[in-house]
Amino acid sequence: MMKYEPPLEKISVNIRETVVGHGEKALKIGGENTLPFHFFEGSLPNPPGLALEILDTEPENWAPSVLEPFEDVVSDPVKWAKKCVEVFGAEMLCLRLLSADPMGKNGSAEEAAEITKIVADAVDVPLIVWGTDMEEKDAQVLTQVARACSGKNLLLAPLVKGNYEEIAKAAMEHGHAIVAQASMDANLTKELNIALCKFFPPEKIVIDPTASALGYGLEYTFSIIEEIKQFGLADKDKMMQMPILCDFGGDCWRTKEAKENREQGILWEAITGITFILAGANLLILRHPEALKLIKEMVV
Amino acid sequence: MALTGIQIFKLLPKTNCKECGVPTCLAFAMNLASGKAELDSCPYVSDEAREKLAEASAPPIRPVKIGKGVRAATTGGETVQYRHEKTFYNPVLLGAMLGSDIAEADLETKLKTWNALQFERVGLNLRPELIALKDVNGDKDAFAQVAKKIAGTSEFNLILMTENTEVMKAGIEACGFKRPLMYAATAENIDAYAALAKENNLPVTVKADSVEGLIPLSEKLSEMGLKDIVIDSGSREIKQSHQDQVTIRRAALKDGNRALGFPTITFPCEMSSNLDMETLIASTFVAKYGGIVVLSDFAGESLFPLLLERLNIFTDPQRPMTVTEGIYEINNPDENSPVMVTTNFALTYFIVSGEIEGSRIPSWLLIKDSEGLSVMTAWAAGKFAGDDVGMFVKKSGIKDKVKQQELIIPGYAAAIAGDVEEELPGWTITVGPREAAHIPGFLKAK
Repeated sequence: MMKYEPPLEKISVNIRETVVGHGEKALKIGGENTLPFHFFEGSLPNPPGLALEILDTEPENWAPSVLEPFEDVVSDPVKWAKKCVEVFGAEMLCLRLLSADPMGKNGSAEEAAEITKIVADAVDVPLIVWGTDMEEKDAQVLTQVARACSGKNLLLAPLVKGNYEEIAKAAMEHGHAIVAQASMDANLTKELNIALCKFFPPEKIVIDPTASALGYGLEYTFSIIEEIKQFGLADKDKMMQMPILCDFGGDCWRTKEAKENREQGILWEAITGITFILAGANLLILRHPEALKLIKEMVV
Repeated sequence: MALTGIQIFKLLPKTNCKECGVPTCLAFAMNLASGKAELDSCPYVSDEAREKLAEASAPPIRPVKIGKGVRAATTGGETVQYRHEKTFYNPVLLGAMLGSDIAEADLETKLKTWNALQFERVGLNLRPELIALKDVNGDKDAFAQVAKKIAGTSEFNLILMTENTEVMKAGIEACGFKRPLMYAATAENIDAYAALAKENNLPVTVKADSVEGLIPLSEKLSEMGLKDIVIDSGSREIKQSHQDQVTIRRAALKDGNRALGFPTITFPCEMSSNLDMETLIASTFVAKYGGIVVLSDFAGESLFPLLLERLNIFTDPQRPMTVTEGIYEINNPDENSPVMVTTNFALTYFIVSGEIEGSRIPSWLLIKDSEGLSVMTAWAAGKFAGDDVGMFVKKSGIKDKVKQQELIIPGYAAAIAGDVEEELPGWTITVGPREAAHIPGFLKAK
């Protein structure tokens, strides 16, 4: 019998390492030169980043089982942020600037920047700041946020084809990282990264391929992440070597399967997250603290 | 490993007799290599060549069938490492474990509960396939009795778990007709287990304490003519087990290692003491290369997400999931309820119907066949054109169900409003929201 040698694949390039936040609690994501959990053939210096999300406005229509852990703090984003860190052990937060949503309250960019500053000053963990998902409004909101929180190394999201220039310039000037979002398409992801890298440091870019929940398109996200990782690691494409972020907590908790059963909802979010980590995601934005706990136990 | 045309040519008689229908053996070999011809068309091929060709054309990971009849299930047969390279074919089989000392009444309750765990989705019936019956005390009669009961009164296929030959024999006698999977042949009992598997024509697991340790065992079975093999590398720790799944799949696909070209069996039930963590561990094997996943129990809230994860991961990426064209009733609509229309892409349907359901407003949802495209793509590709949509609404029979004549079309297909109107005289065409999330607000404002 021939001696068995496990077929290992050594990869000579790394996913870029991106730092979010500043000071002692700053977090690094990415940096690996192999696929997720492949400790046997490469190095993965940083476990996946796990952020809990908070809103700058009291949530509407959240399922009771995902509202319950935050019920006492939802009216105050600072208290909400502190509870996530102190009680639920979040090592990163994502603040969603719902107040500025043109489809909702349509608050001003200045107001949104002010709230962000207050939250960013109140906690020492790294902060992702998520705009309104409206291209034009986000150009105003996120540039204001960049200015107001100069030097805090926030992760600003989402930058898309139509607004990346203004926001990235403000981010660069004030020392922030950014999320480049292109929907479910490896080519569009690459195009946007190329455009950004003409003036923006690649190590401060995180890719958002847009994520869908379990049962609602998970397989598309799963495969697009695997493809991007293959391009970045196996094909050594420098424009595909940025860490990948997945934002799906909200989508999970909008499903009727999560709304109708707390335990099922938590597993819905946790399984969605684990599946994306297995595909190659480096940073997850989660909604339920129990889902955070389960995933943490798996990956750390 | 597939052979090239030239390699195949070397195995042919090289007489150019033309009886296969092509002028030369070389041309025939090329056709074989590209799958355009069958070896049986050559009347003169030697038995030796036939065997070599059959072996070479066998899939790199053997598909193994467990069970008989309509509930028979196949695992293995995969040809790629990543689903986007082609597709995965045979969904991971899900099982739960029972001990052979289970009391009869408890067994009945379990079987009843587990049989009821079926879920409907996109016209599919999602359910787990296996019960792993574990010999806990060497009592072969008890083992046989439980096996018989499961085989006779449930729709589950069986894994017979014992390393004791006598107990295994009794189990096979009780449920062999259902083609159970034997678990497990080890270095100690392999001769007896191979004989049993051969005699009863059953799939058999080999278990070792490492991937390397599996090789002599599976080779031994193969030499004895056994083909339906499942492998267990023995690890019960998540990191090692994940590594084993990855390297086994890679060895079979990339190195053509026949001794590892079999589906694997994994045991999250032995890797964690609580069902939530166990479920998450199981989810990693669903995504990454488990062949069979055995849990300690089936519970709805953990099983359903796993079944859906499996459905998602094993969906053919080249073929979108669709729902059937027709009228869907949501929240018990009546003759005054609003009528909406959208495409038959399964995700579109789930998201739209989910939002309508969440709004609690009784509604009619018409699903038009758009070849599985989402609204924006279907509209751009002409699969959701105004006249088609109008014609479909006319023929759908919705007219007989409602008094009012207003049709709400998706915001992304706003451009078809005029054409739909032309096709549906007397109807008001209203353009709805672009995003499904805005549907409840839209319906409430009406």
